[in-house]
Amino acid sequence: MPYVTAGLPDLNTTERILEALAAEGVTAVELGFPYSDSIADGPVIQNSFTRTLERGIRVRNILAMVARFRKRCELPLLGMLSFSIVHRIGQERFIGMCRDAGIDGLILPDLSFEEAPQTARMVQSAGLRLPMLVSPASPPERRRQIATLSSGFVYYMSVTGITGERRELPPDLVTNVRELRQTSGRPVIVGFGISTAEHVRLVCSVADGAIIGSALVRRIMQAEDAGQGPDAIVQTAVEAVRAWMGGLQP
Amino acid sequence: MGAIRQLEEEYARAKVDPAFWEELNAYLKDYVGRPSPLYFARRLTEQLGGARIYLKREDLNHTGSHKINNALGQALLAVRMGKRRIIAETGAGQHGVAAATAAAMLGLECVVYMGAEDVRRQKLNVFRMELLGTHVVPVESGQKTLKDAINEARRDWMSTVAGTHYVIGSVMGPHPFPMIVRDLQAVIGREAREQHLQVEGRLPDVVVACVGGGSNAAGIFQPFVPDAGVKLVGVEAAGEGLTGMRHSATLCKGSPGVIHGMYTYVLQDEDGQTLPVHSVSAGLDYPGVGPVHSYWKDTHRVEYVAATDDEALAAFELLCRTEGIIPALESAHAIAQVVKLAPTLRKDQTIVVNLSGRGDKDCVEVARLTGRQIG
Repeated sequence: MPYVTAGLPDLNTTERILEALAAEGVTAVELGFPYSDSIADGPVIQNSFTRTLERGIRVRNILAMVARFRKRCELPLLGMLSFSIVHRIGQERFIGMCRDAGIDGLILPDLSFEEAPQTARMVQSAGLRLPMLVSPASPPERRRQIATLSSGFVYYMSVTGITGERRELPPDLVTNVRELRQTSGRPVIVGFGISTAEHVRLVCSVADGAIIGSALVRRIMQAEDAGQGPDAIVQTAVEAVRAWMGGLQP
Repeated sequence: MGAIRQLEEEYARAKVDPAFWEELNAYLKDYVGRPSPLYFARRLTEQLGGARIYLKREDLNHTGSHKINNALGQALLAVRMGKRRIIAETGAGQHGVAAATAAAMLGLECVVYMGAEDVRRQKLNVFRMELLGTHVVPVESGQKTLKDAINEARRDWMSTVAGTHYVIGSVMGPHPFPMIVRDLQAVIGREAREQHLQVEGRLPDVVVACVGGGSNAAGIFQPFVPDAGVKLVGVEAAGEGLTGMRHSATLCKGSPGVIHGMYTYVLQDEDGQTLPVHSVSAGLDYPGVGPVHSYWKDTHRVEYVAATDDEALAAFELLCRTEGIIPALESAHAIAQVVKLAPTLRKDQTIVVNLSGRGDKDCVEVARLTGRQIG
């Protein structure tokens, strides 16, 4: 499951990237809404946010793009964004806007479990999913509670800390994911730090999916910096995702 | 969340543990130099021709501001939790210096995150922290000021939480931080209340303090909150004026929102994106504010006003020349409000103003702003 920052390098290209990734057979795409003060993100995704905000990408522009895209393509889209944005627009209103545009679920990394039940009810009654994040630092009981409140799947963070490429994944990942799947009885998808086909292979041997964010966003930004046009940028994204999905072949 | 729970539990134990307060109070007395004096500003009072003005001299604390009260307390909490590394964010550098000082004195490792723009404005404090053995990390993301330093410190903490305590410098962030910082700073208000009772035989009419994140204000206000007759005034930074976009007057101009793990007034646009902030003072340019101030604003217990860069600079020079005290630019905002307020009060009324820090750190910036060259 790839992650792309909405509006990088512009919304038309994001829309084309989504279409191309759907054709590659990805399960879903996480669509990052830029936020000025993201705290769960490493430097790559932060930079992509700074860029897109400077270019004036707004929530309504992103949702308009999603609505256009939705008319042509069924690919599930999960909006990933700060609760600050949701709260400002108003939870009920924002969730309605997402549903109308054709967003399938929301991932709100800074929504704490304690604050989440009300939001979870609103998201679910709008017919959307709310996968919640489980950190390796959470004790087992809390992991179970978070998993129970999640809908769609449980988002397991491979590492405590922030998003960004890591050379190696922690050794306890496999055990933790296996336990979480068993105790929660829900699909578990792993994100944070995943950056190679080898990581994807390892993660998907125990989990129901792998999320790649920074490694893809970095390639898109580098392609843009190298002066590549939309065609080449879409191609860059497709090739990267194809190579990672190669990790799924037996 | 695990770390926050751990902190909450440890603080609950420490709060009722006489040994914790004995140790902290001993440091506050012999190391910080508390109690800080409540000084009657005779010439300033005469010049303004109204209420009698008292300065609560937090500028005389070791390290030069009120920040040490909180940094020491939290560093002791870190030791209690068995954590040997502390991190902190800093704007003007006063909290960074306080954290670095506490770390050096207690033998802890310390890393301070500071916006690259503030590193430029506050070179002296950067050097002080380095002298104290702290590693200062310039933060290049976002606006390169306090809020970005907070983001970076929080990112550090998420990966290092097992052995690291995050010493937040103001009454902000997720619970229990605002409560802990308020409690540790309330020593200012307790002393000021007692001292004023001793010299005047009654409570003051008005208490004034500047508000950025709001720790010095929360500290001096808190013990006066039950005293209904005492008017409390918080002064934000109006920057180049409240009508434009170049200010950091969160309570005067912001709207309720979520930032840095708290629900409070925020300077934000209609999408919830944080707006750029400005103030001549690096310690006040923060787009959020401690939630306790949002509560006091909404319950009308505290009145929040704002002073512009120019008003603060004029107050800075006024205090230098009338009282021989060089205030921090942050505290100069509180003085600026006193300049407006004192002449409207009777001569038998009194104002207590929190002089939260000294201005040595600001001399280079003030010289630059007033077209003079030093150093």
